[in-house]
Amino acid sequence: MQRVGVQQVKDNLTAYGFMAAGIAVFALFSWYPLIRGIILSFQQVNFVTDPYWVGMENYQTIFEDPLFWTAWKNTLKFTGLALLLGYAVPFFLAVLINEVRHAKGFFRVTVYLPLMLPPIVVVILWQYFYDPGNGLFNTVLRGLHLPESQWHQSSSTAMLSLVLIATWSNMGGALIMYLAALQNIPGELYEAAELEGASVWQRLRHVTIPHMRFILLVLLLLQIVATMQVFIEPYQLTGTTNPDTITVMVLIFRYAFTINHDFGMAAAMSVLLFVILGIFTALYLRVTRERE
Amino acid sequence: MERTLISPMFLKRHRVAYFTVLILMITVFAIVFVFPFYWMITSALKDPQEVIQPTPTLIPQSFHPETYAKAWNNLKIGHFFLNTAFYALGSWLFQIIIDVAAAYALSKLRPVFGGVILGAMLASLMLPMTALLVPAYLTVSDVPIFGWNLINTPWALWLPAAANAFNIYVLKRFFDQIPVDILDAAAIDGAGKFRLLWSIVLPLSRPVLAVTSIFALVGAWKDFLWPLLVLQDPSVQNLSVALSRMGATSGVTPFTQLLAGLVFASIPMVVVFLVFQRHILSGLAAGSMKG
Repeated sequence: MQRVGVQQVKDNLTAYGFMAAGIAVFALFSWYPLIRGIILSFQQVNFVTDPYWVGMENYQTIFEDPLFWTAWKNTLKFTGLALLLGYAVPFFLAVLINEVRHAKGFFRVTVYLPLMLPPIVVVILWQYFYDPGNGLFNTVLRGLHLPESQWHQSSSTAMLSLVLIATWSNMGGALIMYLAALQNIPGELYEAAELEGASVWQRLRHVTIPHMRFILLVLLLLQIVATMQVFIEPYQLTGTTNPDTITVMVLIFRYAFTINHDFGMAAAMSVLLFVILGIFTALYLRVTRERE
Repeated sequence: MERTLISPMFLKRHRVAYFTVLILMITVFAIVFVFPFYWMITSALKDPQEVIQPTPTLIPQSFHPETYAKAWNNLKIGHFFLNTAFYALGSWLFQIIIDVAAAYALSKLRPVFGGVILGAMLASLMLPMTALLVPAYLTVSDVPIFGWNLINTPWALWLPAAANAFNIYVLKRFFDQIPVDILDAAAIDGAGKFRLLWSIVLPLSRPVLAVTSIFALVGAWKDFLWPLLVLQDPSVQNLSVALSRMGATSGVTPFTQLLAGLVFASIPMVVVFLVFQRHILSGLAAGSMKG
C-alpha cells in the first residue's frame, strides 16, 4: 500500500513536470487575461496611479459613443454581406468541382492559394486592384464600357469592397471542407434517387443538402465568428477613423491604442464582443460535440 | 466509376457540354485565383512610370528585376523577412515542445485533475484571441509574478503562441490512439517517461506532428494584429507589420518595391503549400469531419 502511494505521487509529479510549461503559458496568456479583461472593463487605467473601480462607467461611456453603434452596425453589415457572398458560393463551387472528372487537383490548389498569403499582402494587393485611376478593376470596367467605381473610397461601396477581399481570400477553406463532405455521400443514394425519377435539382435538394447539413451549419457558425472579428481590411484600406467601415475590432483598437488610450473602454467593448461571439462558439462546440 | 450527383452515363452522352463547362471553370479559377499572383509579380517588374499609367499593360513593357533587389535592401524587406522567419520558427518550436509535452502527459500519464486542466485549456477555444487583445497586451507588457516586459521581444509572440488549445486537442486525440500495451512493454524494459515519449510516441506521431507544424508555421507567418501591438519598434517588426506601415505611407515608399515586398512575403508559405499540399488539404478535410 505504502509503496503504491509513493509511486502514485511520483507519477503525478512527473506528469505535472511535463505539463508545467503548458499550464504556465495558458495561465499567463489565456486564463489570466480573460479574468483581467473582465475586471478591466469595470476599472479606470491611467498608468499613473493604480487602476481604480468605476463600476459601469466604461460601459456607459461606450454606449453613449455614437461610434459604438456605428461599429456594431458596420460589423453586422460586413458579416451579413460576407454570408450573402461568401457562404453559398463555395458550396456550389464544391458541388461543381465534385462533379467534374478532370483537373480536381488544380481547383483544390488554386482556391486554397490565397489562404497562404499573409492577409496584409492580400489587402495591399487588392488596394492596387481597386485603385480608381489605373487599377485593374476599373480598367476592365472601362474596357466593357461599364460605369467605373470608387470601390473602397466611396462610402456606398466601401463595405462591399472589404467583403470581396475577405471572401476571395477565405473561400478556399470552406470549399475544401465541403469537398471532403461531398465525397462521403454514398453514390448508391444518387443512383436510387435517379431510378425513381428524381431530377438533378431534386437530387441536390433531397440527397446532397441533407447530407451536408452538419458541415453547412458548422461553417455558418465559424464564418459568423470569424467575420465579426474583421480587422485588417478596414484597418489597412479605409483606416481607423472612417465611419463607413469602422468595425468592432477597429473600435477596440482605437479605444485602446490610437485615439482614446482608454483600456477600460476597450475592455468593456471586448467583453461585449466576447459575449456575442461566445454564444456562436458555444453553439458550434455543441453541434460538433453532438456529432461525436 | 465514382458516382456523384450526375451519372457518369449522362456525362458521357453530353461530352461537349461537359468539356465546355470544364474549360470555363478552369478559365474562371485561373483568372480569379492565379492571375492576381501574376499581376503582383509582373507589376513589380515594371518601370514605376508604367505602373501608374492610366491603362495597365498585361505584359510588362519594361523589365526591372533589380526592383526586387532594391526592395530587399533599401526597403529592408530582407531584414523584416528574416525577423518573420525567426519569429515563425520560434513560435513553431515552442508550440511543439510545450504542447506535445502537455498533450502526452494528459493522454498517457493521466495525472489527477488532468481532466480539469484539459477542460480549462479547451475552454480557451471559446475565447477569440481578439477579445483578449487588451488584457493580453497588458499582460505581456508586465508579466505577472515574473514582472517581465516582453514588448518588442520575440517572447511576446512565442509564449502566447504556445498556449494553443487546438494543438493540445489534436495531439492528445492522436496520442490517445497509441495502444498503452506498447508503452507498458517498453516501460517494463526500463524506459522512463521521457524515453517513451521520445522513442515510441513521437516516431508514431509523424503525421500529426507534420500537420500541427505546418499550421503553426503558416499561422505565425501570417500573423498581423498581435505583432502590430507588441512589436512597436520598427526594427523588430515582422514583415506583415512592416508592409502595413510602408503601404500606409505610399507617398514615401516606391510602389513597385512595395509590390516586390508583397511577393517576398508570399513566397515562403506558397512554397510550403505547394510542397505539402496533400498534408494541408487532407489535414483540413479530416479536421472538418471530426469537428
